[in-house]
Amino acid sequence: MNQKKSKSLPDPTIGLLQKSPTGISGLDEITRGGLPLGRPTLICGSAGCGKTLMSIEYIMRGALEFNEPGVFMAFEEKAEELALNVASLGFDLEQLIKDQLVRVDHVHIERSEIEETGEYDLDGLFIRLGYAIDSIGAKRVVLDTIENLFSGLSNENILRSELRRLFQWLKEKGVTAIITGERGESSLTRQGLEEYVSDCVILLDHRITNQISTRLLRIVKYRGSMHGTNEYPFLIDEEGISVLPVTSLQLDTEVSTDTLTSGIATLDRMLGGKGFYKGSSILVSGTAGTGKTSIAASFANAACLEKKRCMYFAFEESPSQIIRNMLSIGIDLRGPIKDGFLEFHASRPTLHGLEMHLVSIHKKIKRFKPDVVILDPITNLITVGSVSEVKAMLIRLVDFLQNEKITVMFTALALNNTVNEQTDEGISSLVDAWLLIRDIENNGERNRGLYVMKSRGMGHSNQVREFIITSQGLNLVDVYLGPDGVLTGSAREAHILREETGLALQDQAISRKDREISRKRKVLEAKIAGLQTEFESVEEELNKVYLEEELKAEIQNKTRQELTERRIGKEAKNKVQSPVAKKK
Amino acid sequence: MESALEYHLELYITGTSPNSVRAINNVKSICEEYLKGNYELKIFDVYQLPEIAQREQIIALPTLIKKNPSPQRRLVGDMSDTAKVLRGLGIVIND
Repeated sequence: MNQKKSKSLPDPTIGLLQKSPTGISGLDEITRGGLPLGRPTLICGSAGCGKTLMSIEYIMRGALEFNEPGVFMAFEEKAEELALNVASLGFDLEQLIKDQLVRVDHVHIERSEIEETGEYDLDGLFIRLGYAIDSIGAKRVVLDTIENLFSGLSNENILRSELRRLFQWLKEKGVTAIITGERGESSLTRQGLEEYVSDCVILLDHRITNQISTRLLRIVKYRGSMHGTNEYPFLIDEEGISVLPVTSLQLDTEVSTDTLTSGIATLDRMLGGKGFYKGSSILVSGTAGTGKTSIAASFANAACLEKKRCMYFAFEESPSQIIRNMLSIGIDLRGPIKDGFLEFHASRPTLHGLEMHLVSIHKKIKRFKPDVVILDPITNLITVGSVSEVKAMLIRLVDFLQNEKITVMFTALALNNTVNEQTDEGISSLVDAWLLIRDIENNGERNRGLYVMKSRGMGHSNQVREFIITSQGLNLVDVYLGPDGVLTGSAREAHILREETGLALQDQAISRKDREISRKRKVLEAKIAGLQTEFESVEEELNKVYLEEELKAEIQNKTRQELTERRIGKEAKNKVQSPVAKKK
Repeated sequence: MESALEYHLELYITGTSPNSVRAINNVKSICEEYLKGNYELKIFDVYQLPEIAQREQIIALPTLIKKNPSPQRRLVGDMSDTAKVLRGLGIVIND
């Protein structure tokens, strides 16, 4: 842009060609800076391929973004028609004309009104153009489509020599010019304009394969400059033209060791406990109805919960359909959408060609700058291209996403169930992690088994897990390896139930025995108590006899004593009487 | 007086270029010969009046525009082909 400010003719002493940036997204990358400054560029292509649009966008962006006034000389459309056409791209041509930044000169030429009566030249055109350029100090000029002169005037010799003079004159004027030309049968343009404009030639094409059209741009020649030589798809939408440069397919992207959770804790555990690497690409493939979209939505939801931005490209279902369906498994995507973390883009694959999809995905990603991108499912793209084309497109997409450090998850519908034949558009070699969901059919029911086929750079489980979709969300459980083989679904549950029953029975048996022992102990204790009582009573009996004997002996002893005393004759009869009564 | 004249012609030229000089001479002689007293010829130098080129849709020079009588016709060139000039002006010669 600083180069632009100099606004002078390219200095021959400077080795590098100076360029005039177009401002058209992608085109400046391909041309390494823009169109050759101060030289004419030819844009050619068949009808309806976007020549006029590209040239007017060059003028508009020049005026708006680079502050370079421009002259648009229209041989086909009137100024009002042009204004209408560019209004659809959000440009206000009328205002720019008022601001003296753009001048539109409509050249009307009608053969039936003209009689050629001898020698003439095109000085009228030169004067008009010169006047227009000088009146606003234009740096950019478009002649659209100058070949119309050939239909209005019949003297080709004069026209050709005048055109040569015109291009020379434009160079002298130091303006960067675009000349548009209709594509001819065998040459780039019908009138062979490429002979005169030899500095830069851009060819636009509009190709239809399988009823789907793709716009393509190719730089046929660019003298004195490096440029991309491929055919680049481009898109015309409400923001004008965007060209998709095929990213350099060098494998020098920086990698991250940060991880992102998959939204399923049990799956994270299978992936070394962390989830997916940030900026990696993940393929989820499986047969129909295995829950690929559910995994994708769960991943998107988890990313949004961590305040990451996520963009979801749906090629099969509408956003509201996905939101409704995900509500049924306990994932509410409405919140993230409202908070601006999640953005859905749903389109039928047949809307554009593959390249166009790539361009539009690029554009949307550049605008939204997501951390996570989901494409669901890529297999639908096969309806608009062959397997190899889809693969080429995905390689470019993955390449772009890795450069931008965006994590991408693809879902793919596998049509067969054999892992070895399973290629998934051949992109399994391209992705960093590959989750495969397979149907496990057993006991008259269908269950889902999830494998981690690969996960580059992290230890991951080699176990098949049963993938369960419930109203609370997604979960993975270990499958049961029983004597009858792998058990899943109700067979697994029955097995668990059986085991639980066995445990309960065992528990009961143990507790019964415990009770018996305690009862026995009680009986024994009772018996011991009885014996003790018996012993006590016997002991008491014995004691009683013993006491009586003692008492008896005492009394006898007393009696004897009294008798002895009475014999001595001391006391009266009372004393004698009492022991007798006691005796009785 | 002017409104009575049948032919209104405008000749656009570029300074004194050979084509322009020839065109002026040719137009004048044709008019004098075939339209004597019945024409008005205005000559414009487009170099002097560049904005007029856009207004009058001029590309090739010299250009002779027959404004009246209608239909409007444009003649380009140095007017050396008299037969074509006459046809363009709608003049039928009975020779």
